[in-house]
Amino acid sequence: MQRYSLLRVLGHALRRNRHWGQAWRSPPLRKSYDVVVIGGGGHGLATAYFLVRKYGVRSVALLERGHIGQGNSGRNTQVTRSNYFYPVSSSFFDHSLKLYEGLGQELNFNVMFRQDGLIALVHSVHELESARRWANAIRMNGVDAEMLDEAEVRRLVPILNAQPRFPIVGALMQRRAGISRHDATVWGFARGASAYGADLIQNCEVTGLRRSGDRITAVETSQGVVGCERVVMSVSNHCSVLAGLAGFELPITTMTLQAMVSEPIEPVLDPCVISSAIHAYVSQSDRGEIVMGGGADVFNSYRQRGSFHVTRGILAAVLELFPSFSRLKLMRQWAGAVDISPDTSPIMGLTPVRGLYINCGWGTGGYKAIPAGGDTMAYTVAHDEPHPLITRFDLGRFERGALIDEGAAAGVAH
Amino acid sequence: MLRIPCPYCGPREEVEFHYGGPAHVARPELTASDREWSHYLYFRQNPKGPYRERWLHAAGCGRWFNVLRDTVSHEIHRVYLMGERGE
Repeated sequence: MQRYSLLRVLGHALRRNRHWGQAWRSPPLRKSYDVVVIGGGGHGLATAYFLVRKYGVRSVALLERGHIGQGNSGRNTQVTRSNYFYPVSSSFFDHSLKLYEGLGQELNFNVMFRQDGLIALVHSVHELESARRWANAIRMNGVDAEMLDEAEVRRLVPILNAQPRFPIVGALMQRRAGISRHDATVWGFARGASAYGADLIQNCEVTGLRRSGDRITAVETSQGVVGCERVVMSVSNHCSVLAGLAGFELPITTMTLQAMVSEPIEPVLDPCVISSAIHAYVSQSDRGEIVMGGGADVFNSYRQRGSFHVTRGILAAVLELFPSFSRLKLMRQWAGAVDISPDTSPIMGLTPVRGLYINCGWGTGGYKAIPAGGDTMAYTVAHDEPHPLITRFDLGRFERGALIDEGAAAGVAH
Repeated sequence: MLRIPCPYCGPREEVEFHYGGPAHVARPELTASDREWSHYLYFRQNPKGPYRERWLHAAGCGRWFNVLRDTVSHEIHRVYLMGERGE
């Protein structure tokens, strides 16, 4: 790997930037590997990266049906936070937030992580009560959280609607939350994984999983059969399809989540602003676009196209909070297929098939968990037992009735 | 956005309807094991392709019915009444 540095940038500039190499290798698919990671999104790439970088697994292939980072990793709204209600969630997501804080250095790739905080608006006295309880729970979990009054909210976000239909009585803020560049996270992990020896294979669709008894032995792909000892499924919306190939079911529903950005403008919004009651979240990217999202479409879909009435609902909610945005042009609108679990918490760990590991159920909030998802899944694969942070996110929790129901506590936007 | 042919009112915009999730999910006997019960509560077929689901025409006749819809193309293949199997 060619390390990026100021000197390197200057050196290449003198040579008119004509000699930058490829950021990652594109090797041919070999006949066998120790570990095969299925899915070239953020979680899959991070898993491959930590397997080769941290857990000493030599022979790793990552198979991606299309191109790296073209699924939900390229479609999300790049928010990272760790203000979860339950300790088990908080400790996992705070691990992820801490990894994001050092990710640029770790990957030698600027992921543009900017910790300007996340403000969850509170619109009624009743909501204020539950927000206080939420804040106390988060602090008990050892994560930063503070209550703001209306004046403080307006100081931090001066462009908020001065006379909103739903009054702003306060907010819950996590100052360490922030946004980063989602493509950079993907590219950084891809470059790092490749540099430490993982083979990234693009345009390689998995068509079957071979078993011998209850043990995984090979992966059938559009580029041939790959023998392997261990397989990680990290395919978000297609996890049910892949689990079907392996012969078991998942409690996952694939639905559509959309987001949109405006034309780029001068910096007007530092923190990410969420309103669960009005059902919208808004941030401004480093490129100046206003990034907007809201709730998911209601029905099962793999189509990656959102319904227009949902788009309109999100925009109406955003304009209620920020009337000045009504003059902006909407530049892009897009949708991803997301894997929703019954308790809106991820499913990670072992499966009924030995040697097959699963990482899915991220639903509407997987981006923030990419580094920790990769780290803990790599540990799980390397040790054949779940990482201590993810033991309770196992598939078996649905049978035990031990759900981690962040659906209520985590709010609309993950 | 879907255009759903209500069997009672005819084709209407999706916003008139509430989604009812998967159709034909049968409640197991009370003697069911934890495994069977958890599958009833949480595990769902999540096919990429034809899918049987329930819709309620909330802003119309107020009645439930079943729909066989493709989860990739969104094409509605069949609409049939509650109690029918739609074979």
